[in-house]
Amino acid sequence: MKFTLRNCVEYLQTATLLTASFTGLLPICACMVSAKDSPEQQAQAKHEESVYAEIAKAPEKARSQRNPFENDPDAIAAGSKLFAQHCAECHGNMAEGGKKGPSLREEEVQDAAPGALFWVLTNGVVRRGMPVWSKLPEPQRWQIVSFLKSLRETEHVSSLNSP
Amino acid sequence: MQLETRRPPMCTYLLRVPSRGRKCLLRGRAPVLSLFVLLGFAFFASHARAQESPYIVTYDHYLEEPGNLDVEYFSTFGTQREANDFHAFWMEFEYGAKAWWTTEFYFDAQTTFHDRTLFTGFRWENRLRVLQREHFINPVIYVEYEQKNGADKILKEVEGHDVESDYADPNLALSQEHDHELEFKLLLSKTFKGWNVAVNPLAGKNLSAGHSWEFGYAMGASHPLALMASPNRCNFCRENFIAGIEMYGGLGDADSFGLHDTSHYLAPALAWNLPSGWTLRLSPGFGLNPNSHTFILRWGVSREFAGFGEAVRQFLGRL
Repeated sequence: MKFTLRNCVEYLQTATLLTASFTGLLPICACMVSAKDSPEQQAQAKHEESVYAEIAKAPEKARSQRNPFENDPDAIAAGSKLFAQHCAECHGNMAEGGKKGPSLREEEVQDAAPGALFWVLTNGVVRRGMPVWSKLPEPQRWQIVSFLKSLRETEHVSSLNSP
Repeated sequence: MQLETRRPPMCTYLLRVPSRGRKCLLRGRAPVLSLFVLLGFAFFASHARAQESPYIVTYDHYLEEPGNLDVEYFSTFGTQREANDFHAFWMEFEYGAKAWWTTEFYFDAQTTFHDRTLFTGFRWENRLRVLQREHFINPVIYVEYEQKNGADKILKEVEGHDVESDYADPNLALSQEHDHELEFKLLLSKTFKGWNVAVNPLAGKNLSAGHSWEFGYAMGASHPLALMASPNRCNFCRENFIAGIEMYGGLGDADSFGLHDTSHYLAPALAWNLPSGWTLRLSPGFGLNPNSHTFILRWGVSREFAGFGEAVRQFLGRL
């Protein structure tokens, strides 16, 4: 077989097409495989790693960032609006958790450094289905963090008022 | 100059309805019907507020939220030297299959003034996020299969030696050419201090024999008019508007690579993200060389429906 330049180009084209087809098929296969997992297997896999583990992965530099809108009532109100628009779909209207997203009222979230929450919001948890939210400008992400942090006080007030 | 051509007696592809004496059911009404489809969805699903970029050709690295369906309608009005101007339009159904995988179907059509309206093809596009977290540059792999005819004028990308004169023939002649094409893009994007910058090199291969690889590019930059959200729900708040600019064009083919003998465009763009879940986009584009259409005006309307995947699963479970 002659190795002409044309042969080489054709070989490269075929290889590229095969690679591309594989790239396209890969996610479909991955979905089919994951769909075959039984509910028990899925529940076990979920249980193996806490859904809040991602917060602990925030690097120190990100964790130490201060929220520029800390205790700013306007930021909390704006964060509440942003939460309803972008987050409530998965985490529930009152951040109590939903089918797709965990509760954000748990102590893992409420005790976390604001910088760590900001980091999770920015980077998402893609393999668990949470998209990256860096498309929201930084101030808006901090406004959402302000709102999340305000949930503890809301809970505290409501527990004092309850008989 | 407007050339008068006789309207042919029948439509092609899906627009032909043999049982009605070969009258065109959708002639001239396809964009309106597309909008009805969009409104139909609006009545049957809950919405999610999208934070869509203003880009129409360029892609940033943000994918559709998992389980959500984004239904989009876009129009392109283009001027054409030495032939009739045209209005090309397309519907997109963009679904977030996973947080790292978005899949999308397009249906394209066009009307050339004093000529016919015809369906020009479909596309299936997949975008795959490579990295789990945000990095200095965020790559996304884009793979698309296109089955279209030569009358496709949506100008969703410019590749190879695409030039204005390619579109000058009557639709009947253009529609005789059938293309099966694979297209690959590497979507590189970064958002910093509210600025998004995206660069998309592309390579396309017509699967019919005798075609070489064709190349093109698209790049864009955008910024919201305000970075902070206001405390109240509002339609006209500045943070709902994102302004940007795109530039796109061809880069020749494997035999003749470069910026020559192809077309290039510069297009400012504006997106208005409404709290109700609707997004409106407007983008006037200007040809940068004599091979380009002098002026193209694009506009689009889209709406994101939350929990579409879950609704379909529940529906199928009931069957």
